[in-house]
Order: sequence, then C-alpha cells, then structure tokens
Amino acid sequence: MSATHLISVSDLGKEGIDDVMRLADSFVEVSEREIPRVPALRGRTVATVFFEDSTRTRLSFEAAAKRLSADTMTFAAGSSSLNKGESIRDTVETIEALGADAMIIRHKSAGVPLQVTRWVGSRVVNAGDGWHEHPTQALLDLYTVRQALLRRGDGESFAGLRVGIVGDVKHSRVARSGVLGFTAMGASVTLVAPPTLLPPSVEGWGVEVSHRLDDVLAGLDVVYLLRLQAERMTEALLPSLREYTANWGLTRARAAALSPAALVMHPGPMNRGVEIAAEIADLPCSVITRQVANGVAVRMAVLFMLLGQGRNDSGRPESGQEAPVDA
Amino acid sequence: MAERERMLTPPRGGVFVARAQVMSPDDVTRVITRIGHEIVERNHGVGEVVLVGLQTGGVPIARRLARVLGEISGTEVPVGSLDVAFYRDDIGLRPVLPEAVTDIPWDLSGRTVVLVDDVLFTGRTVRAALNALADYGRARRIQLAVMVDRGHREVPIRPDFVGKNLPTRRDEMVDVDEEKGVMLGDVVVP
Amino acid sequence: MPDLVLVGGTVVDASGTRRADVAVSGGLIAAVGLGLDGTGMVLDAGGCIVCPGLVDLHTHLRQPGNEEAESIETGSRAAALGGYTAVVAMPNTDPPVDSAAVVREVQELGRAALCQVEVAGAITVGRAGERLAPLAEMAELGVRLFTDDGAGVQDSRLMRRALEYSLPLGVTLAQHCEDAGLAAGGHMNEGEWSSRLGIPGLPAEAEELMVMRDIALARLTGARLHFLHLSTAGSVAMVAAAKGAGLAVTAEATPHHLSLTDAELAGYDPVFKVNPPLRTAKDVAAVRRGLAEGAIDAIATDHAPHSQEAKEAPLDQAPPGMLGLETALAVALSELGEDMEMARILAAMSWKPAAIAGLSGTQGGPVAPGNPANLCVFDPRQRWTVEPARLASRSRNTPFAGRQLTGRVRHTIRAGEPVVVDGEARR
Repeated sequence: MSATHLISVSDLGKEGIDDVMRLADSFVEVSEREIPRVPALRGRTVATVFFEDSTRTRLSFEAAAKRLSADTMTFAAGSSSLNKGESIRDTVETIEALGADAMIIRHKSAGVPLQVTRWVGSRVVNAGDGWHEHPTQALLDLYTVRQALLRRGDGESFAGLRVGIVGDVKHSRVARSGVLGFTAMGASVTLVAPPTLLPPSVEGWGVEVSHRLDDVLAGLDVVYLLRLQAERMTEALLPSLREYTANWGLTRARAAALSPAALVMHPGPMNRGVEIAAEIADLPCSVITRQVANGVAVRMAVLFMLLGQGRNDSGRPESGQEAPVDA
Repeated sequence: MAERERMLTPPRGGVFVARAQVMSPDDVTRVITRIGHEIVERNHGVGEVVLVGLQTGGVPIARRLARVLGEISGTEVPVGSLDVAFYRDDIGLRPVLPEAVTDIPWDLSGRTVVLVDDVLFTGRTVRAALNALADYGRARRIQLAVMVDRGHREVPIRPDFVGKNLPTRRDEMVDVDEEKGVMLGDVVVP
Repeated sequence: MPDLVLVGGTVVDASGTRRADVAVSGGLIAAVGLGLDGTGMVLDAGGCIVCPGLVDLHTHLRQPGNEEAESIETGSRAAALGGYTAVVAMPNTDPPVDSAAVVREVQELGRAALCQVEVAGAITVGRAGERLAPLAEMAELGVRLFTDDGAGVQDSRLMRRALEYSLPLGVTLAQHCEDAGLAAGGHMNEGEWSSRLGIPGLPAEAEELMVMRDIALARLTGARLHFLHLSTAGSVAMVAAAKGAGLAVTAEATPHHLSLTDAELAGYDPVFKVNPPLRTAKDVAAVRRGLAEGAIDAIATDHAPHSQEAKEAPLDQAPPGMLGLETALAVALSELGEDMEMARILAAMSWKPAAIAGLSGTQGGPVAPGNPANLCVFDPRQRWTVEPARLASRSRNTPFAGRQLTGRVRHTIRAGEPVVVDGEARR
C-alpha cells in the first residue's frame, strides 16, 4: 500500500485492502497472546482527535495504538482540550507540534480529515466525517466477512458475493465506505431503502437499488443493516419508525426468510426493534459482536501500514526519501 | 531475510541474478543432516527442543531439520514459525508486511528453542526474533542454526550451528533455494 | 493638450473595431485616430485592445461591516486591475443598504475609490423579506438597482408589490433566485458529486422555481427584472423564452459558472463553495450558449471576498463566495474566445451591463471624442498565472489559484485618471 493517509476506502484499492486483511490476521494473533503487544510503533505518537464524540471507536483506536507500543494523546469534544473557539487548523497544528505522528480524526462535517492533510505532516486516519466515509469500519466489516467465509471453507474471495445494505444510505458514512469496499473486492451490492433515504444519485457507484427488502432478502449472502436515526422523522423523510420497521426492518419473520448461510451485520449501536428485531442480534447468523472484536486488529493493521516504516537517524519517521537499507 | 525483502520488493524492485552456486541441493541435504546431529549432541537429546523457523527462508529448513531430528531420536520435535516484521529496527520507505502469521502455539518457558534461518548477515533479524520470543515465555536457552553465515555482523549475534561460512561483499546477495541450492549473486535494480 | 495618449492599440466598442490611438483630456476622450501624440503621458497600447471600461453589475465590497474581508478601497483597486471602471456594490453589508443613510455612507466612501462605485439598495428592510424598503427614497439618491442578493425574496405577494412599486421609479429590481424551502441545508450542487461526497445538495430546481415565478410576476406587473448569477440550463432556457415573448427581463452569469463544475468540490476545498453552486458540465455549456445567443446579457463577477480563516472552515460551515474582479476578463476570453467575437464578449462585460445598471451616460459608451474617458486597455494574448497572495483584494479566495490564464489588463483609465498603468495600480 502506498497511501500516506486513510481518508477513503478508495485510497487503498483491492491490493491495499488485501494487505490490511492479511496484516489483521497477524494482529489477531498478537491480540491473543498473553502480552498482546509488539514494539512496532515504539516511539511514535498517535493522537485521537474526536471533534464528534464516540467513546467506542476512540477506545478501539487507542487500544490499537497501545498494542503497537505507540504513545497516545486524546483530544475529545466536550473536554477542554478541544477549544470551541479555535479553528480546526489551529487545533491540529498544535497537536502536530506536540509530536503527533498520526491523527485519528472524527468530525461531523464531511471533508475535514482531507482538509487537515493539507495543513499538517502527520498521517491522517478518517474515523468518520459527516455522511462521507468511515473507512476502518468498512475494513473491519470486510475482515469479518472474510473470516466467516474462511471458517466455512469457502475460500477468501468476495467475487459473486451478494451484499445488501439496508436503511438510511443517504446519511450513512458506513454505507458509502461499505459500497466502495465491497465493490472493490468484487462483491455485488444492492442498496435497499425508501427513495427518501437514498442519495440523489448513485451514478457510478456500481450498485443495484431496490425499495423493497422482501424482494431481495432471500438472495443475499450478507445483510448489512444501517442504523436509523430518530431525526429522520422530523426531516419529512419517513412518516414513522413503525412504517420503517414494517418495510425495511429485519424482523423475526424476515430473518426466517434469510438464506441459511447468510450473515447479518450492523455497525452499531443497534436500535433494537427498529432496524433489527431484538433477538436476531444473538442468532448464529449474526456476526455483529465479531465486527466489534475485529475492530482493534484491523485498526492495528491500518496504523502499522501508515507508520510502520521505520525512522531515519534523527528519530523522525521517514518522509519518503530513499534511506540506507538494513537487514 | 529482511535484506532480501527490502531489495526485491517495491520501491526498490530489484531482481536477484545468480552468479555462482556455492552449495548444491545435495550439499544442503547433507548439511541439514549434520546440523541435526550437532543439535542432538549439544542438547544431549531432543527432549525439550523446539524449532522455530524465521519467515520465510528459515521455515522450510526448520521443517526439514525437524524430520531429521525425528529420524535420529524417534521423537516428534515441534516446529513453529516466527515473522519478525513487528520487531524490526530498520529504516526504509515502507513498512514490510509479515509474510505470514506467526505460529508458536506453545509456551516456551523452560524449553530449548533453536531458531532456524537460511542466511545470517547483519544479525538484526535474529536480534528482532529474540525480542519476539520473549513474548512467548522465558525459554531456558535459545540457540541459532543457519544454513549460511555470510559475515558483516552489526550486532553481537553468533550462530551455534552453521552449514557453511561464506565470505561475501556487502553488496552481494545470497539466496537459498530448495531446488537450486545456495546461490551467490547480485541484485539488479531496473 | 491631452493629459495622456494611448498609443498603438485596437479600439473595440459598440460601433466597431479599428486601429486607433486615443487621447484623453480633462476627464473626457479628446481624440481618436492614428498618429496621435502629445506632451502628456504616453501609454503603450501596442498589441492591446482599447475598449470602454468594464462594468460589474455584481460586486460585494463588504464595507460597512465586514472590512476584514475587503474594503471599498481594496475592492475598487481589484476592480481597476481587472479593467473595471464601475462596479455596482451589493447591499448585503452590515448594516444593509436599506435606507437613505446607509446609501449616503457607501456613496461617500466610494468617492475616493479607484473606480465608480454605484450603490445597489435592498428590496426589503434588513433584507428580511418581510417589508418593502424605502425604494423611492433611495432612488432619489441615485440608486438604480435593488436586490436582496444573498437571498431571494421568498414571499410572492411581496415580490409582486415590489415590482409594481418600482415601475414609476425608473429602477430595476434584481433577484437572487433561490427557493429557501427546496434549497434548505444545501452546500453544493445536488447531483452525482454531492452524493459521492456526502454533502447536502442544492437542486437546480431551487433556482429555477424562483426564475419561473419571477418571469410570471414580470409578465403580471410589466416591470423590468434582472436575474442575478444564473447557473442552470433550465434557468437559461426559461429566460430565453421570456425574452422571446417580449418581457423586459435581463440576466447575468458569473465567470465561474462559465468555466467550473461541481467536480471541483472533490477536494472539499471551500474556496469552490459558492451560491448558486458550481453545477454540472451540461449547465456550464448551457450558460455559455446563453451568453453567445443573447439569453444572458452580461457577465457579472459576484466578487465575494472571505477571509482565509472563514474559507478554511469545514465545507458545510464555510461561507459561500469567490473572488472575481481581477480574473473575470481573462476567464471570459479563455472560455468564450472560440464561440464569441471579441466585440460581443466585451459588450457583455461593458456596455450591456452599463445599460442594465442605468449608467449608459458615463460608462460603456463608444470610444469617441466628448465621451467620458472610462477605458480598459488589455493584452488579449498575455499569459499569466493567478497567485492569490499577489491579488489586490484583501482576501485570497479565488478558484483560479495556480491556473494559467490568457488576457491581462495593462492600463485602466477612470474618468480620465490612469488608475492602472502597466499592470500596477497607481494608488
């Protein structure tokens, strides 16, 4: 992989995604050791910069950094360390000056991580920017599917896999990254949602669209459920939660109609009873808890790929010039 | 071996061009047999011996060694594999990804670990391996078996069992191949 | 004795094109012909076009209220460097230009400017879209154009009344067409790109709905109406049809809507955020055709300075707007040079906007003795690279940063004064 930052899944390409997944295998092994740590990023500093709160994702990244022996710095919204009056540029320039080799950024506005790459030399990982993307989520989702395929003895190829992404695609960064990831790996993706919850155009996405879950459910190998936010009702996008669940929720009845080997996935946190019936999350076809478990290993893989290239004699990370080779 | 990986993968993207065969495949087989006997002799048997091959060149040799030890002693000797990608201290443009997942499925405490690699050069790979092994328990002792020692050490590491001592220039490369034996040559970067 | 002579250029104006020198004296054009000389200042116009000074129907000078981004002085300097001898200053200042007092303040500040500053007034008090502003009182002070620009007048009944009221005043109302309901929360053109980037979009219909409504109101009231910054194929088609039906409507388009598409937003750089937003390639083509065929009368810059900090905010928080005064002529020449003759391009940038702004007496007039000496001298072949830090504007938000353009102003004469000489402002 030659990417310097991870802003979008498309920064990786199929090759990069394969590299991440193979690396994640190694980091799963590391995580299972008694001392789940390797010195690969010793001396590096990884800063989590979360302008938008998310304890789970932030902790997942911090655990990943620590298992690679990196030092961590935490900047979270609501704490005094992220000054409300300060511009984003001033904030990240300060964080870089404090020694951050990498910044993990989450912001409610799309495009902020990309803007930051123009202002600092630190590596930038997009941990979620508005409706745009959440690349590490897509990577851990892909990894979880690959894990299930290998467990079944089906080989690790995604070619021909039929994936359905169900729910509020329009406002979902997980969906956008997911579409890019699954299509890059050769799966065929269908978006399933009412017209008001789809983006104005999916031209060039390489996906099919269906407005009726019941029409496509039986033919799916992976059912990926998106979270439905309550605000959508006030924006005149949906008449009611009940109508949503009746038409696009994975109810008990619909779960029975799934093909026997189908996987049920969700990025969390779940609205049980809305997009997914309470008990389905605990059925064997659900890999939702494995998604969470795989998060740390996949994020370790991403951090290693961005920062694991060794230092020059001054102790700073290599900037991209040829350096003497060692063995 | 780290050096080989760096030279042959992008962005260097070099190609190994062999110049001379230093050991034939038959020579390699004989050497493995000899080393197997030396291991048994040094450790008074294979009771607590565990072989750990370094990815990638050391793994096939470790497996062959295990077979030899099995024939000599009548006991099955455990073989694991270790990728030191996460323990390296070297410099480069890109991270070198592990070739394969490390597989050391037992606690090493109290055992005699024989690290096996194909070519010993600067010694940094072995140094990294020692760091890695420390995460799997406190071994009673660690020994090092290599097919070829080509000199140019940069850290105080010495092998316990050596197939062949081969003086080389620093910019040359040594390649160990199952079918071709041990070849000495150069890396040509296009 | 002439104060200055422009030597060696080619004169282009509404009456035609000819090789001629131009002598200026006492603020007026003194002579036009070959072999003119004089003891005054001689300015080399060799290889250049000499035309009536450009007139911008749509400039934001930011003063009063937002002097951090621009002032009347710095904005007028940018205008002069762009070949403009007159600009119409938009009323969305702070306080807005919705009373005689603020009109007088801006006019006073404009007296020392490097170009003529005409003040546009708001249609409604505070630009709030609720009550009519004192149009007659402002017209008395010389205001000829009224607009709530920055927003459109949403209330149809109020807009109808405004048009009716304006009839006897000899003024023109201008509309920023944007239906607030359809536009709600949009930050870029709604389409393939906004979907991919995950940014709420502004559909073309938000503009077209109000164009449609205002054409109907113009027909109903018989009043004159000018459409600001049209950006969609649909809008252009509707205005063309309205003109065909004999309605007194005029329209303008910006240099950026002639040249840039919403693909520019791929890097999430707020410098490319503008209202109306950059649209699709089809829309750009339609706007260019509209100009070539006359559906669109004028090119107007919608020069909108914003501080660097403001334009470094996230895309969905940054204010919309781009600089335009110093690059407009070059962009117009580069983009339209193949489809339109020089005279027609210059018409769209000088005498046609002068007429719409009610300035035909002083601006845009033929280069002939006795007319006010408001002239633009430019080299149509000179190539230059746009460097934001070297622009005269106080702000840097130009979408053409780093691009190479062809066509550069060499001299600008305003009321006989050489405000720009050899590409440099003299004050």
